Amino acid sequence: MGSTLQEAKDRLIEDFSMFDEWLDKYEYLIDLGKNLQPYPEEKKTEDRLIKGCQSRVWMDWRLEDGRIYFTADSDAIITRGIISMLISVYSGRTAAEIAADDFSFIDRIGLRENLSPTRTNGLLSMISTIRSVAQNNI
Amino acid sequence: MDIQKIRNQFPELSEKVYGKSLVYFDNAATSLKPVSVIDKWLKMSEKYNANIHRAVHYTATVATDEFEAARDRVKDFLNAPSRDGIVFTSGTTASINLVAYSFGEAFIHEGDEVLVTEAEHHSDIVPWQMLCERKGAVLKVAGVDDDGYIDLESFKKLCGGRVRIAAVTHVSNVLGIVNPVKEMVRICHEAGIPVLVDGAQGIVHEKVDVQEMDCDFYAFSGHKMYAAAGTGVLYGKKKWLELMPPYMGGGEMIETVRFSGTTYAKPPGKFEAGTQNISGVPTFVPAIEMLESLNGGDSLAYGEAVNEYLADSLSADERIRVFGVPRRTEDKIPLFSFAVDGVHHEDLALLLDKMGIAVRSGQMCAEPLMDRFGVTGMLRVSLLPYNTMEEAEYFIKSLDKAILMLS
Ligand SMILES: Cc1ncc(COP(=O)(O)O)c(C=O)c1O
Repeated sequence: MGSTLQEAKDRLIEDFSMFDEWLDKYEYLIDLGKNLQPYPEEKKTEDRLIKGCQSRVWMDWRLEDGRIYFTADSDAIITRGIISMLISVYSGRTAAEIAADDFSFIDRIGLRENLSPTRTNGLLSMISTIRSVAQNNI
Repeated sequence: MDIQKIRNQFPELSEKVYGKSLVYFDNAATSLKPVSVIDKWLKMSEKYNANIHRAVHYTATVATDEFEAARDRVKDFLNAPSRDGIVFTSGTTASINLVAYSFGEAFIHEGDEVLVTEAEHHSDIVPWQMLCERKGAVLKVAGVDDDGYIDLESFKKLCGGRVRIAAVTHVSNVLGIVNPVKEMVRICHEAGIPVLVDGAQGIVHEKVDVQEMDCDFYAFSGHKMYAAAGTGVLYGKKKWLELMPPYMGGGEMIETVRFSGTTYAKPPGKFEAGTQNISGVPTFVPAIEMLESLNGGDSLAYGEAVNEYLADSLSADERIRVFGVPRRTEDKIPLFSFAVDGVHHEDLALLLDKMGIAVRSGQMCAEPLMDRFGVTGMLRVSLLPYNTMEEAEYFIKSLDKAILMLS
């Protein structure tokens, strides 16, 4: 991972600011979703399912050299795009870095108000999973 | 026909979403409201807000008259034999819960059975499950076939034994297939079983004559048929309403109250405890007028053309699987639920929303039907006579664009 957590967030905010229309932003999210790293089928288990999402979302993580690596998948592609964003920002960081972040970049790209309430709940559930994994590993 | 003249009566149709004209294709969830209904609601709130059936003062009299005029209008609309068979509720769900509770208290005992179908909305499943739980009764389920029709043979077979009541949907909110409720009522009555018909969707599109249908109960909501939200109707045959105990206790449902014992009012009052939806119920009058005018004459042919265009376009697309395939065109209301190969329904709904099109996605309060057809959810478009051919064409084009973006 070449960039810092802050740099990864800034890059996403900049990427999203290039599009005026939300339809174009979705197109961008869909591309991110299509390019998400594959997630092993055998890890699509009940205990890795994140509650509160309309589409199904599985998330897994491992600790390596003091850093937390997240992988995740969903059956909906826009959700995969959101997962891809979250992973590019938070995967490969230390627990302390993640726990100290306020996750407000989601609001700065306008994602929250442009998702349906059910998707927003899903997003919040993913964020709280990432957060609690970090807090449990400090 | 001048469809614009119809559209002008529905203010929300001129709303813009994300700078685009709103295309409202989620009518099965709730219909838009015409000016006549909004005006009635406003008038009842601005000028005649008073509690009904209680006081002798002027506005209370007007409010009571308006409320009771709605009862007469609904009675005529359903061709019910008596106005006493029209109970106002807060909606279909409330109407069904009322019957599941009150009928259940009087007539369901341990080991008895309740019959429903696989095509029911959760509102016509869960109240019966709760009843069965309470009484130690058993829920029986008649299946639907691959086209979405209720399997009448299996329905007939289940109509025996200890079935004490059957609850069937007139039209499924997922499949849009018009069930042969008159025939189903006949089958049930032959076996001595009373029938509740869930008319939430049926009342909007089909001509309902409860005497001809001979159902024992017919439940529907006001908000899906142009009337105010929070209004609903339970039609019930007199013999049942008289034998059923009240659902809720409180003001207005009583005859005399003494600490030594209370006696109850006659139906429908017995089932209308507490302050009713006094601003909403009177909107049934203009709502029924609108419904009757839109479901007849010129708009009928226009609606059929739009419907046919959508049916043909969706079924011609190989990526799309439509659920609820009618054998005759009159067997289906203008409602299409479908799934797209390899594309998630929520993704589609999100993109269509950004194109200004309101559709429904997900399980649509009918999880058993989702399981029956092996999907986690569907996308649904549902139309009313104020929707246009242009909107339908724009939807088909937008759907294609969205599918291409997502594949
Ligand atoms: C077939 C059917 N039954 C019951 C209901 C419940 O109606 P309401 O939410 O107005 O009580 C609906 C509406 O969603 C429906 O479509």
